Amino acid sequence: MSVLAKPRKTLTLARQEIRDGLWLLAPSMLVILIITVLPVIFTLVLSFFDTPLSNPVPRDFVGFGNYLEFLSSQQFWQAIWRTLYFTLVSVGLELVLGLGIALLIHARPPGWNFLRTSLIIPWAVPTVVNGAMWRWIYNADYGALNGVLLSLGIIEKYQAWMIDPIVAMNLVIVADIWHSVPFIAIILQAALAGIPVELEEAAAVDGANAFQRFLLIRLPLLQPAILVALVVRTVEAFRVFDIIYVITSGGPAFGTVTISYLTYLESFTYGHLGSGSALSFLISAFTLVMALVYIKILYRPENRA
Amino acid sequence: MKRKTPVQTMRNLVLMALVLFFVYAPIAWLVLSSISTRAELLNVPPSFIPKEPTLKNYLDILVPGRAASEVASTFKVALGNSLLVATTTTLICLLVGVLAAYALARLRLPFKNKLLMSILSVRMIPEISLVIPLYIVAAKLALLNKPAVLIITYLSFALPFSIWMITTFFEAVPMELEDAARIDGCSRLRTLFNVILPVATPGIVSTGLFIFLLAWDEFFFALIFTSTLAAKTAPVAIAEFTGRYAVDITAMMAAGVLAALPPVLLALIFQRYIVSGLSAGAVKG
Repeated sequence: MSVLAKPRKTLTLARQEIRDGLWLLAPSMLVILIITVLPVIFTLVLSFFDTPLSNPVPRDFVGFGNYLEFLSSQQFWQAIWRTLYFTLVSVGLELVLGLGIALLIHARPPGWNFLRTSLIIPWAVPTVVNGAMWRWIYNADYGALNGVLLSLGIIEKYQAWMIDPIVAMNLVIVADIWHSVPFIAIILQAALAGIPVELEEAAAVDGANAFQRFLLIRLPLLQPAILVALVVRTVEAFRVFDIIYVITSGGPAFGTVTISYLTYLESFTYGHLGSGSALSFLISAFTLVMALVYIKILYRPENRA
Repeated sequence: MKRKTPVQTMRNLVLMALVLFFVYAPIAWLVLSSISTRAELLNVPPSFIPKEPTLKNYLDILVPGRAASEVASTFKVALGNSLLVATTTTLICLLVGVLAAYALARLRLPFKNKLLMSILSVRMIPEISLVIPLYIVAAKLALLNKPAVLIITYLSFALPFSIWMITTFFEAVPMELEDAARIDGCSRLRTLFNVILPVATPGIVSTGLFIFLLAWDEFFFALIFTSTLAAKTAPVAIAEFTGRYAVDITAMMAAGVLAALPPVLLALIFQRYIVSGLSAGAVKG
């Protein structure tokens, strides 16, 4: 404990402080180094080798071979497009719906508090339970979706929803929306509550109508919160795996295989750890770019609370 | 603000009803399926409200020595594994995270800002980017199918998160408190544990809550690193059963409700912490 004891005369205070700091940070930094930083570097190294899952040591050096193989593979580009589709549609809809719900709560209709509390539930339900629940809702033979639509007379007989890749992808998006809209609504609602009432009242006195007040006062003040929600959700949507695994298992006919799912298949189903590493390094690279954007937003001087 | 017209209020109420329907309808179906008898659940179209509701599926999982079906016996063990892994991860992250966060929030370190930003970026690295090396090493060390492998690998996302969040809370503790203790001759560790921690307790609680939820929710590492009952967590057990055709769906849905209950109840009880935690740098999506 001597290191963390009171400053000794021989050390200057500043140097003592740095030394204490290093000791306090050491356990965390060691853990992060071993289970995060080194694996990312090791993944990059593996991506230049041919490495079978059955005997996982880097074997034949193939240079950029694993990467070049993807660039010419249709499977890869399809997975990229599906990932982009999933990300754009789900995050876009979540943002619009989340903002709408936040504004609705902010208008304080009777029962708004109950609505705000209710939103916590879908957010807290584990992703896999969420997936299992929607999979059962979409079930072709006994699912609630078929049951409701049939009872309302919208369909004449039960449909097998999951046989069309585009429908399947959109239904996965609905499940993702159910889980994620509350997150955005909660953040934006808290940000709305932070906008001074006087600002809007002054604008109203000056003759601004509700839409103008929204566009010119609320939206600019909400911008940091919206950006944070956008970046966090984009990173998450881009790496989507769990919910697809549970609802469609990548099917029908690989129709919902996203880039993370392809990485999983490549590494652990086909056993090509080398090309799996190349794919996962691409995902890391994208994520790091998004992380930089996120940090830029958080550290802009006007956003530091 | 000016009063709402009745038309506006009506419109808001209708919108609210729609949102509430979207939130609760799937949950209602999940819960109703879990208390229906199998025969009733497979009606076409479904009767929705069961005529003979039963708690059999819940009792099968919860009452010791009663596990009738495979779903129930698997799930009983998986819930225990989830609890062990999530609780241990939370405790380790809080302990290690508190030390690092104190240094980052309070000491004048030249590399502080860069370090905080790196921690934030590390937090965003997806599991899929780490899993291959971690799998190779875990296999070499014979750690697969042990709860320890999950606890260790969960630190990859939980620890950076914990450091980041606790740092924010420590920064909000008034500096004067600490100066007073230091002048009285307290060492740094004593200042941290006797002066700062008690003041920052709400922050620590909410950080612990988020970590527990993250670890409880985690699926990918658990899927890759565990395949036997020795360490399989609740999400892996549920995913495994959904993939089968001839599984008792009512038992499955009861398992789903039980896996959802701990996080949902915690989130509802600590609602205030969740809302402030989410808006203070929002992390779990």
